[in-house]
Amino acid sequence: MNAPLLEVRQLQTHYFTFGGSRIVKAVEGVSFALQEGETLGLVGESGCGKTTTCLSIVGLLPPAARVVGGEIRLNGADLAKKSKREMRRLRGRAIAMILQDPMASLNPLFSIYTQVAEPAYYHLGMRGRSLRRRVEELLRAVRIPSPAARMRGYPHQMSGGMRQRIVGAIALAAGPKLIIADEPTTNLDVTIQAQYLDLLKDIQEETGVALIFVTHNLGIVARMCNRMAVMYAGRIVEMGAVRDLFDAPKHPYTKALLGSMAKLGSKEPLYAIPGQAPDLVRPPPGCAFHPRCAEAMPRCATQDPEVFQSGPGWTTRCWLPHLAATVIHDRATA
Amino acid sequence: MTAPLLELDEVRKYFPVGTGAFFQRKTAWVKAVEGISFVIATAETLGLIGESGCGKTTTAKLILRQEQPTSGTIRFNGEDVCALKGQALMRYRREVQVVFQDPFGSLSPRMRIGSIIAEPLEIHTNLSRSAMRERVAEVLELVGLQPDVANLFPHEFSGGQRQRIAIARALATDTRLIVLDEPVSALDVSIRAQIITQLEHLQRTLGVSYLFIGHDLATVAHISHRIAVMYLGQIVETAESTELCARPLHPYTQALLVAALPAHPDDKRERLALSGEIPSALAPPSGCRFHPRCPRAMPRCAEEAPVRREVTPGHAVSCHLY
Amino acid sequence: MSTTTAPQSISVKAPNQVWRWLRELPLLPILILVPFVLAAALAPLIAPYDPTEPVPGAKIFEPPFWMEGGTTATLLGTDFQGRDLLSRLIFGARVSLIVGLMGTVVAGGLGTALGILSGYLGRWWDQCIMRLTDAWLALPALVFAIFLATVVGPNMWNIVLILGLVYWTRYARVIRGEVLSLREREFVQLAEIAGASRQRVIFRHILPNVLNTTMVLASLTIGVVIIAEASLSFLGVGVPPPEPAWGLMLSEARSTLMAGKWWLTVFPGACIVLVVLATQLFGDWLRIRLDPQLRNL
Repeated sequence: MNAPLLEVRQLQTHYFTFGGSRIVKAVEGVSFALQEGETLGLVGESGCGKTTTCLSIVGLLPPAARVVGGEIRLNGADLAKKSKREMRRLRGRAIAMILQDPMASLNPLFSIYTQVAEPAYYHLGMRGRSLRRRVEELLRAVRIPSPAARMRGYPHQMSGGMRQRIVGAIALAAGPKLIIADEPTTNLDVTIQAQYLDLLKDIQEETGVALIFVTHNLGIVARMCNRMAVMYAGRIVEMGAVRDLFDAPKHPYTKALLGSMAKLGSKEPLYAIPGQAPDLVRPPPGCAFHPRCAEAMPRCATQDPEVFQSGPGWTTRCWLPHLAATVIHDRATA
Repeated sequence: MTAPLLELDEVRKYFPVGTGAFFQRKTAWVKAVEGISFVIATAETLGLIGESGCGKTTTAKLILRQEQPTSGTIRFNGEDVCALKGQALMRYRREVQVVFQDPFGSLSPRMRIGSIIAEPLEIHTNLSRSAMRERVAEVLELVGLQPDVANLFPHEFSGGQRQRIAIARALATDTRLIVLDEPVSALDVSIRAQIITQLEHLQRTLGVSYLFIGHDLATVAHISHRIAVMYLGQIVETAESTELCARPLHPYTQALLVAALPAHPDDKRERLALSGEIPSALAPPSGCRFHPRCPRAMPRCAEEAPVRREVTPGHAVSCHLY
Repeated sequence: MSTTTAPQSISVKAPNQVWRWLRELPLLPILILVPFVLAAALAPLIAPYDPTEPVPGAKIFEPPFWMEGGTTATLLGTDFQGRDLLSRLIFGARVSLIVGLMGTVVAGGLGTALGILSGYLGRWWDQCIMRLTDAWLALPALVFAIFLATVVGPNMWNIVLILGLVYWTRYARVIRGEVLSLREREFVQLAEIAGASRQRVIFRHILPNVLNTTMVLASLTIGVVIIAEASLSFLGVGVPPPEPAWGLMLSEARSTLMAGKWWLTVFPGACIVLVVLATQLFGDWLRIRLDPQLRNL
């Protein structure tokens, strides 16, 4: 088994608001590993900590937030310990990001050429004709028609779908090993979204780049990812192969998310999870999900669940599989 | 056969695009809505699905009388909506309400929830203070909120709760039709399920009709009895929702189904055959508006606009293939 | 159906809530303004002497008490008529603060009203009011004020009116911008769709949401109005003597500054500076406080 490209161990990131009097525990002990060329879906609803996890990895946390614990190892080196200058050299070169709003990601004052060329210029030192060829190549890779002409244009002249592709081209410009895509298709129309996802899949197959896809939409995960990690209240509650989690989810939150998805053509009633997301300043004791869990046991309200190995590469942070395992064990040894 | 609650007949809306500093010369027209027709019966949900620029928001504005149609008629309970004035218009406004997409913009930030919900009552009725308070408590319970939240301000609620409040407000008067413009698109997945379930329950209990505008086919199909698919200002296909998902006829509907996200990793979908971008409504393509992107376009499609035909009972499509 | 419990909210402030609210107020501006406001309010009770009459038994041009020739009877000295400077400053606070405040109220009220009409009713109203604003802004404020003052005659309430008429334009412009964006917000559209009359929309929905901006603008421009009043008094077209006004005191003492009677200009000048500075700081604090996005930084 090769060494993973990215390994996050017990990451903790907190937001210090109101002058430090209110600490929001946005990420509380997140651990996962990503192999080269793999696609990991980071799933969860707003406030679960998935964006904060990504920002922690690339070192772009807002001033009020800080990584207070854990390690982020990219090819062995701990990113949490790197200086700002070292992180700047890494960003764009080894790790690239694609964000949700393409209009906000592009600078309206600079031409497409300037923006797509920037990472190659800065990180790879390319200049002149080879740089121009590289930009054309990239625009062609993201399927922008007539790239040579489009290069000279500006972001406001393009549609949302095209802009998002250009953001993708910028991400690829310096040949990163890892791309983190944070809800890149939320603002796009359905058919444009489908085209874009097809594109990302193709690019991944061609370049072998690893992809972390952050989304709250399980449909995207089903389509794009090999593995998925479900986050709730700053922790990963279940992680494993996408097929395993879709077929036989072990964590009640995963089950609830799958149950709340509307399936095309089906009128089956949707499972509506009662209650709302927990307060991350004062999270409930024990398991953060227990107030809303349909299968909660008394133990869940007092003890934070331990990770359970549900299968190879499949972990569940819940007391239920622990209980099931002891029952089986008792029966077996009786 | 009962008369429909809402009926649109060949409605068109063109927006002028003018130039000139002081006096706008009308040089072009944005043909936002080009001849749409549909009906909604009592206690029925019609889903309106389409991508940006298809005219679904303009349609909503026409129904809500924020805009007047350029031609065509809109009938509510048999009456011509566009001609309503005075008392009749107030009655219309009492019976037709709306819920918007953005839960954070829909509620007046400086008003208490009780006042927000009571506003339609204040405008249309002369109920006493206590009667209004009672009604507010009633609708709050209907949407699953405690009546004592009436004293709080909007910023103290989450997105999902605010949408519930918006729905409560829409139900305060004797509403018969609610236009829901992407009501759950801005919400988290689990909250989405809560609101959809709530809406379906309210329809069963109160018999209110919905015009549900959305872009996620799975969600729209779940809540709607029938679906109308819009593309660039026209309705290209109308059918009962399970029928539409099972047997889509129009190539655009088929593309939407292919583009829809799978419910399981093994749900293999073919590649999207649709190419290009959505054209602008300023210069729509000739003939069938979809022909430049249609994978099954024929020469006829560029010349002649297709006519709406009912292929099977309840399933109508505008396409030369049929 | 699933019910959700109401989030915790305290509508009645318990004592420690009041204390916490007090602690969040900006210290410096409050420290400066409170004495002036108290002085203005309690002038007849605090001032040692009648500001318009010479102090009995005092010389003219007496210096402040810590200098040679000064006495503690007249703490800050006397002016060219032997009137006590401290008493004049205290009564002058009245004029400056009242004129400043009322002038701002008139300007703010007029400007906000016109801004709302212009922004919400649009088209014809908008064109007319905006062209009026443009024309008004083309007039130099102070010169216009002087002109009006000479026309209607100087007295305190006329000055208030004049300053209001001169300074409403900055409110109108800003409020119009706010209203233009508010008009498109969903809650306003919802009210319109529900059949609310225009008055209802304006008073229930638009006005409460622009008041924040009006207040911030007001606190930032009250200083301008105070200085305008001081300028008018300085030029002799403001509040007429013998009623004390800081600007007037500056004007009267101008020639004596060179003769070494510094206290007659420095103290009134310092009062103007302090009050204007304090209102500016307060306005800045208010602006940050009322903008939810900036508040948490």
